Amino acid sequence: MIDLEVPKKFIPLIKQARTVAEEVMWPIARKYDLAEHAYPTELDLLSGVIDGLDDSGTGTGAGATGASQTTEPAGHLGDGKKAPEATGGVRNGTNMSSALSIMETCRGDVGLTLSLPRQGLGNAAIAAVATPEQKKRYDAKWASMAITEPEAGSDAAAIRTTAIKDGDEYVLNGEKIYVTAGERCDLVVVWASLDLSLGRAAIKSFVVERSNPGLTLERLEHKLGIRASDTAAFRLSDCRVPASDLLGDPEIRTETGFGGAMQTFDNTRPMVAAMAVGLTRACLDLTTKLLKAEGVVADPDRPAHVQSAAAARLLQMEADYEAAYLLTLRAAWMADNAKPNSVEASMAKAKAGRTCVSVAFQCVELCGATGYSERELLEKWARDGKILDIFEGTQQIQLLVIARRLLDLSSSQLR
Amino acid sequence: MQDLNRTSIADRSTAFGLRMLTKAGGLPILQNSDTRKRVEKLLYRSTKEGFRSATVATKTFNRVTTNGSGPARAKTAKPKVQFDLTPTDDQQMIQEAARELASVVLRPAAEKADHERKVSDEVKAQAAELGLVLIGVPDELGGIAEERSAVTAVLAIEALAHGDMGQAAALMAPAAVATAISQYGDAGQQKTFLPAFTEAEEAPSAALALHEPQPLFDPLAPRTTGKLSGDTITLDGVKALVADADNAALFIVGALIDGEARLVIVEAGTDGLFVEPDAAMGVRATNAGRLIMKGVSVPKENLLGTAEDHLDAVRRARLAWAAAAVGAGQAALDQLIPYVKERQAFGEPIAYRQAVAFTISDIAIELEGLRLAVLRAASRLDRGLDASKQISHARQLAVTHGAQIGSHAVQLLGGHGYVKEYPNERWYRDLRGAGVLEGTLLV
Repeated sequence: MIDLEVPKKFIPLIKQARTVAEEVMWPIARKYDLAEHAYPTELDLLSGVIDGLDDSGTGTGAGATGASQTTEPAGHLGDGKKAPEATGGVRNGTNMSSALSIMETCRGDVGLTLSLPRQGLGNAAIAAVATPEQKKRYDAKWASMAITEPEAGSDAAAIRTTAIKDGDEYVLNGEKIYVTAGERCDLVVVWASLDLSLGRAAIKSFVVERSNPGLTLERLEHKLGIRASDTAAFRLSDCRVPASDLLGDPEIRTETGFGGAMQTFDNTRPMVAAMAVGLTRACLDLTTKLLKAEGVVADPDRPAHVQSAAAARLLQMEADYEAAYLLTLRAAWMADNAKPNSVEASMAKAKAGRTCVSVAFQCVELCGATGYSERELLEKWARDGKILDIFEGTQQIQLLVIARRLLDLSSSQLR
Repeated sequence: MQDLNRTSIADRSTAFGLRMLTKAGGLPILQNSDTRKRVEKLLYRSTKEGFRSATVATKTFNRVTTNGSGPARAKTAKPKVQFDLTPTDDQQMIQEAARELASVVLRPAAEKADHERKVSDEVKAQAAELGLVLIGVPDELGGIAEERSAVTAVLAIEALAHGDMGQAAALMAPAAVATAISQYGDAGQQKTFLPAFTEAEEAPSAALALHEPQPLFDPLAPRTTGKLSGDTITLDGVKALVADADNAALFIVGALIDGEARLVIVEAGTDGLFVEPDAAMGVRATNAGRLIMKGVSVPKENLLGTAEDHLDAVRRARLAWAAAAVGAGQAALDQLIPYVKERQAFGEPIAYRQAVAFTISDIAIELEGLRLAVLRAASRLDRGLDASKQISHARQLAVTHGAQIGSHAVQLLGGHGYVKEYPNERWYRDLRGAGVLEGTLLV
């Protein structure tokens, strides 16, 4: 039965995440924006709360770990129990609860959310493709994601980092940049090629211990926004990892090509979309409050054109927010119900990414000096938000993914 | 070309009826005897007579007074707790039926209906078979609604508008009036005005007339006024783009009464009521007209519902138009996808160019956003929750992105999109309307 409201069972989780956002993140958000590269120690205390959420029986995390592949058919819960009849065989699971809690914590702060221990995008990758044995081994570790290289950004198939089998080990060589939480994490999930001549099918992901002597931290980036989150550059020099740390299938299968590595995105893109939705909500909530103090309140029942220009803007921004929010929940809902969701994940990411940039910029504009000044967080959110339309696939990459799928065109036809 | 169309509609119409039965009969959900009964009611309604619109003032409504028995209302659907995008079996069935009507009957007749500004009798007859006019009228009042469901209504309107928004609006305009009377009316109003829709051999043409001609129109502040004095209301004002105004037997008009926007039932043929043609850019099959009221007196009992009900009608009409925009937008996308792959320029399909391909992606993204916003608003209505904000979102998305999809639909075909060789120029005109029009439809 069609219903697009948040299920009741997730309300406590959302409330808890909202409290974290408002009580913990807002007060320290500016501090770590100004103190780039300083470790937000307040978050260590939080990780206890987050782990508590994980074990609270809702089976959900506050971060990206909740994004996981659902392989069981709808109608069965994760523990093998049959879903109650009342649910009609539909489940609202960890992808949805993660999306919802990420929306809340990113309404608090995107940089701090990205710095939450053990909630990295690498964890999402592990959750998506690791074997049960690997999942157990990496449990309770904080994993970051290393895909991008100086010469390979959106074109992930062009990465030059190599992994050569040597006995029971792989030897990794190459350079990785833009590794979110790279300094603070325990594990780095590295994309590398088993054979550069075989193209994208040879790209595999490897779990590298942060303490591995072959993995050197080169530098931390200075950024436009999300400064609370460290962004690392690594060099891999004869970095040896056990063969058992290759994630997923070790064989090169040219027929399935990139699928294995790329399927991570079906789960992580809705989470990044959720970040953008949360940041958009933050901008709209604060702007609505500031404009209300100036006597501007949007009336949803009156046509926009009979209201003030500022009120009309609020109505349009709220509408675009709604579209982004619902596209995100749909993508997560599909992941929870084992429905293929590549296109929907990209739609959510594309809409949420552009909406958050556009809304944040407009909110700065509407609030004028207050919006532009460091006295409020609006200008920071406008800087933070831009990354959400870039990482985990830029706006343009999402449009490519969607168009190729809808038009049934290959990457050589639609380049 | 038009002759060819006409024959094929007639042929297809017969085929359609049969196919519907075959198709519906094969659905596994019809194993359930309750569902089967409803389907049968839906399918076999008023097949014995062809549908003809009533002429002005020939239709008389005999006032019925009730001794205290309350009005019947369709039940609202029961709340469920799961986030879910799966329609119920009943909804899928209605959706299927509406889609079939849209593709087999409405789409082939669309160009002619747009040009002639009318829905042909053949099309009306086929649509009447489905009984969609009674989609919001409860069982006990002779309708087909087991539960009142805005979700069901938006799914049906979307499916019909995928075939043709103009004919969809024309066919569903009387449904808006029937729904409004059953939802807002007292027992007397229900008994007086509903039998014409549920029992009579010729269901009347009727219109929910909220729009007015002035720029910056706000339906919550209509210029049309109603003066209450004794037992009568005297109406003065002009309603714009009223569906089938010159044939409608019954109007529900929005008017300011004692400072509040209210709904008033007005029968055609009342003294002081005039109709002028009011052809528009799009949604032309509704045969829109202006309804001019000069000292029109109606009995006080014709006041329909409360000020809150008027507001509810304004909202539900906007949601219905947003649903129509989803249908027309999807129709455009469905046509554009094969087109841009076939159309060659510079030695390859234009779909190979990002400028074209990204436009397809943008259409799909905004269309899905609009669709989900419509569904959420509708599901909130069905739950009995406040949906004012969600309806505003759906409306706003239809205003901006819906219209933009219409514009893209022409642009991607270039000159071919601008000529009547393709339906794209009609989608352009219709999609502009979906975010502008007030009233006429109701979910």
